Amino acid sequence: MKALVETVNLTKHFPIKRDQIVHAVDNVTLTVHEKEIVGLVGESGSGKSTLGKTILGLHNKTSGQVLYDGTMLPQKYRARDFLSSARKMQMIFQDPYSSLNPRMTVGEIIGEALKLHTNLNNQTIRDRVTFWLERVGLHADHASRYPHEFSGGQRQRIGIARALILEPEFVVCDEPISALDVSVQAQVVNLLDELKKSMGLTLLFIAHDLSMVRYVSDRMAVMYLGSLVEVGASNEVFFDPQHPYTQMLVSSNPEPDPRRERNRPPTPVRGEITSPINIQPGCRFASRCPKVMEVCRDTTPELITLKNVAPGKDLRQVACHLYD
Amino acid sequence: MNSSADTTDPILKVSDLRVEFDTYGGIVQAVRGVNFEVSEGETLAIVGESGCGKSVTVQSLMGLIPMPPGRITSGSAQYRGQEILGRTRINGRELRGSEIGMIFQDPMTSLNPTMTIGDQIAETLQVHRGFSKRDAAARAVELLSLTRIPEAEQRAQQYPFEFSGGMLQRAMIATAIACEPSVLIADEPTTALDVTIQAQILDLLNDLQRDNNMAIILITHDLGVVARMADNVAVMYAGEMVEQGTAHDIFYRAAHPYTLGLRAAMPSNVDETAQSLQPIEGSPPDLFAPPPGCGYCARCPHAVEVCATKPPPRFSLEAKHNVKCWQHHQDAPSPPTELFLSSTTQAGDTAAP
Ligand SMILES: Nc1ncnc2c1ncn2[C@@H]1O[C@H](COP(=O)(O)OP(=O)(O)OP(=O)(O)O)[C@@H](O)[C@H]1O
Ligand SMILES: Nc1ncnc2c1ncn2[C@@H]1O[C@H](COP(=O)(O)OP(=O)(O)OP(=O)(O)O)[C@@H](O)[C@H]1O
Ligand SMILES: [Mg+2]
Ligand SMILES: [Mg+2]
Repeated sequence: MKALVETVNLTKHFPIKRDQIVHAVDNVTLTVHEKEIVGLVGESGSGKSTLGKTILGLHNKTSGQVLYDGTMLPQKYRARDFLSSARKMQMIFQDPYSSLNPRMTVGEIIGEALKLHTNLNNQTIRDRVTFWLERVGLHADHASRYPHEFSGGQRQRIGIARALILEPEFVVCDEPISALDVSVQAQVVNLLDELKKSMGLTLLFIAHDLSMVRYVSDRMAVMYLGSLVEVGASNEVFFDPQHPYTQMLVSSNPEPDPRRERNRPPTPVRGEITSPINIQPGCRFASRCPKVMEVCRDTTPELITLKNVAPGKDLRQVACHLYD
Repeated sequence: MNSSADTTDPILKVSDLRVEFDTYGGIVQAVRGVNFEVSEGETLAIVGESGCGKSVTVQSLMGLIPMPPGRITSGSAQYRGQEILGRTRINGRELRGSEIGMIFQDPMTSLNPTMTIGDQIAETLQVHRGFSKRDAAARAVELLSLTRIPEAEQRAQQYPFEFSGGMLQRAMIATAIACEPSVLIADEPTTALDVTIQAQILDLLNDLQRDNNMAIILITHDLGVVARMADNVAVMYAGEMVEQGTAHDIFYRAAHPYTLGLRAAMPSNVDETAQSLQPIEGSPPDLFAPPPGCGYCARCPHAVEVCATKPPPRFSLEAKHNVKCWQHHQDAPSPPTELFLSSTTQAGDTAAP
C-alpha cells in the first residue's frame, strides 16, 4: 500500500486573548494510504476539523509537515497553490449553512469549480451538475434554486456534490452525513464506497457516528484534545478498543433499541474535561480516565505501536501509559 | 418520561398544520397537514426523511417562518390551551426563548457572530428573567459548564467563530435552557458532539425534564438517540406524519413501510461482517406537485393500486399507535406480515436482556 497523504508532527495552535494558546492540533503523525478510507473520530473540539483544514492548507501550519504523494506541501499556501491543489484535494465542510454562498444558485455553486479549473463549455457543465445532483439524491431542477430554500440535509448534499464534481483524488469529509436521514446516509456512504472503487478516491472521513465510521472506513483514528490516542483497523478498534477514551466512546454509542437504551445507567460524569488552552504535560485524558495512574499526571504518553498483536490482526497504535 | 402524562392535557397540541413557500419554480408544500401533541414531562421524537418538513414544522410554532416567501395556510397550535400561531406573547410573557426554548439545527441562526458567547446567554436572562447584569454573567458561565464546556469562564469571553461545531451546539443548548422553558424544541441538538459528550447532554436534558416537568420535542436522525430519549415517536415523510406511536410501537412493531425502510438502511453492530447498507430505492416526491395518493407510493415495495390514487387515512392500531398506509385497511388483502410483526420485533427481543 502506498501512502497518499502523510502528516508528520503536524501542529496547529491558535493564539487567543491575553497571550493564551489553543492547542487545536498537536504533533499529529498520520498516514492515509491510496484508496483508503480513514475514519477520524473523537471528542468535540479535539481538532478534527482543524486537522482536516490544515492538511488542505486552509489553515497555516504552526509546525510539522504534510506530504502528498511523497511531495512536501507548501508551509503556507498562496492563491496559486490552492489552484493547483483543488483538482487533487477537496473538502466537504462541516457546516452546510455558512459554507454555501447565499447569492448563487445551487447549480452555480456546484458548477463553479468546473468553470474555474476546466475549459468545459456551459452545456457540459450543466450536464455534469445534473449528473452529480442526482448522484447525491437531489433533483435536476434543484439547480435553479438558492441554498436557503433547502433543508439541512439537502444543503449537506449540495456540499458533497460540489466537492466531488472535480473528481479529486483525496477528500476530507467533515461530518458529511450527520445531517442526513439514515436512508440518505446509506446512499451517500454507498456512493463514497463506489467512488473509492471506481475512481480510487481516498478519504479522511470525520464523523461522530461510530457505527457508521466502523462501516465506512478501513482504519479508524481516535483523537482527544489535539492528539491521536488510538489508530487501527476499524473493526478491531470498534470491537476491541485499547485506549480508555476509545473504550468510553464505544460504550457510550447509543443503539437503536429502546429496551436497552432506557435501562442504560446515566453516564458517569468524572472529572473536568481538560481544556486545549495552555496545555500542561501529562496525559490529556487523565482527569476523566477511570484507569488513571500516577505517571499519567505528569508524563505525556507517546503514540506507540503495540507489540503483542494476535496473528492476523493489524497493527495498533495507542498513546497510553497502560501499554508502556 | 412519566406515566402520569397520560392523564394530563397536552401542553402543546398541533392540528392540521400546513406550510408552503413561494419559490421561483412554484409553490413548495413543505408541511401538509401535521398533527401531534406532547404533554408535560414527556419527550416526543420526530424522525424522518431529510427535507420532509421537520424543521419547518417546529419553526412555524416559533414564528420563525420567513413570510414571504413562507405561508401557514391552515392549522392551529395550542400551548396550554391557547392559540400561539402568529403570536409572540401570551399572558404578558414572551413565548419564544421563555416559555418555549429552541435549539436550532443551524447554530449560526441563533448566535450573533459579533457578540461573545457569554454575553449572548446573559442577555437572554436579563431580557426574559430580569437578572442583573452581574448575576446573568455568572449564570451564563454556570450554564456553559453544565453543558460540559471546559474552562467555561474563559470560553464565555470568546466569539462564535472561535468555537468548534460541537462547542457551538452546546452554547446554543445553554441559551435554550437558560430560562427553564416549559417546552424545549431541540432540532438535531447533538449532531456535532462525540458520543460521550452526547450522552452527558442527553442526561442533562433528562434531568431538566425530571426537575421542571419540561416537555421535549426532539428532532433527530439518530435512532440510537431516539431509543434513549423518546416516550413517543412521530415518523415524517414528505410533509406528513405517516406513523406515530410509543417508542416501543415504532421500534418493535413498526407498521409503515417507510419506518421499516429506515431500519434496513442502518449499519448493525452485531458482527464484523459488514453487509451492505440498503438505502430506500428512489427519491422523495416533488413537493411542488405532491402525488395525489400516498407520498411514499413510488418507493414502496408493498404499494397497490389505491396507493397511487387516494391518500391513505390514519388507521389506528393501538392506543397511541397510528399509521397512514392502505395496507392496514380492514379490507386489504392479507398484509405482508413484516408490517405487523416486523423483523425489528425479533431484533429487539433477542437484544433485550
Ligand atoms: N479560528 C479559530 N480561532 C481560535 N480557536 C479556534 C479556531 N478554530 C478552532 N479553534 C479551536 O480549536 C479547537 C479545535 O477545534 P475544531 O473545530 O478543530 O474541533 P473538532 O474536533 O472539529 O470539533 P467538533 O467535533 O465539535 O466539530 C477548539 O478548541 C476550538 O475552539
Ligand atoms: N425558505 C424556503 N424557501 C423554499 N423552500 C423551503 C424554505 N425552507 C424550507 N423549504 C423546503 O421545505 C422542505 C422542508 O424543509 P425542512 O427544513 O423542514 O426539512 P427537514 O425535515 O428539517 O430536513 P433535514 O432533516 O434535512 O433538516 C424542504 O423541501 C425545503 O426545500
Ligand atoms: Mg469539527
Ligand atoms: Mg431540518
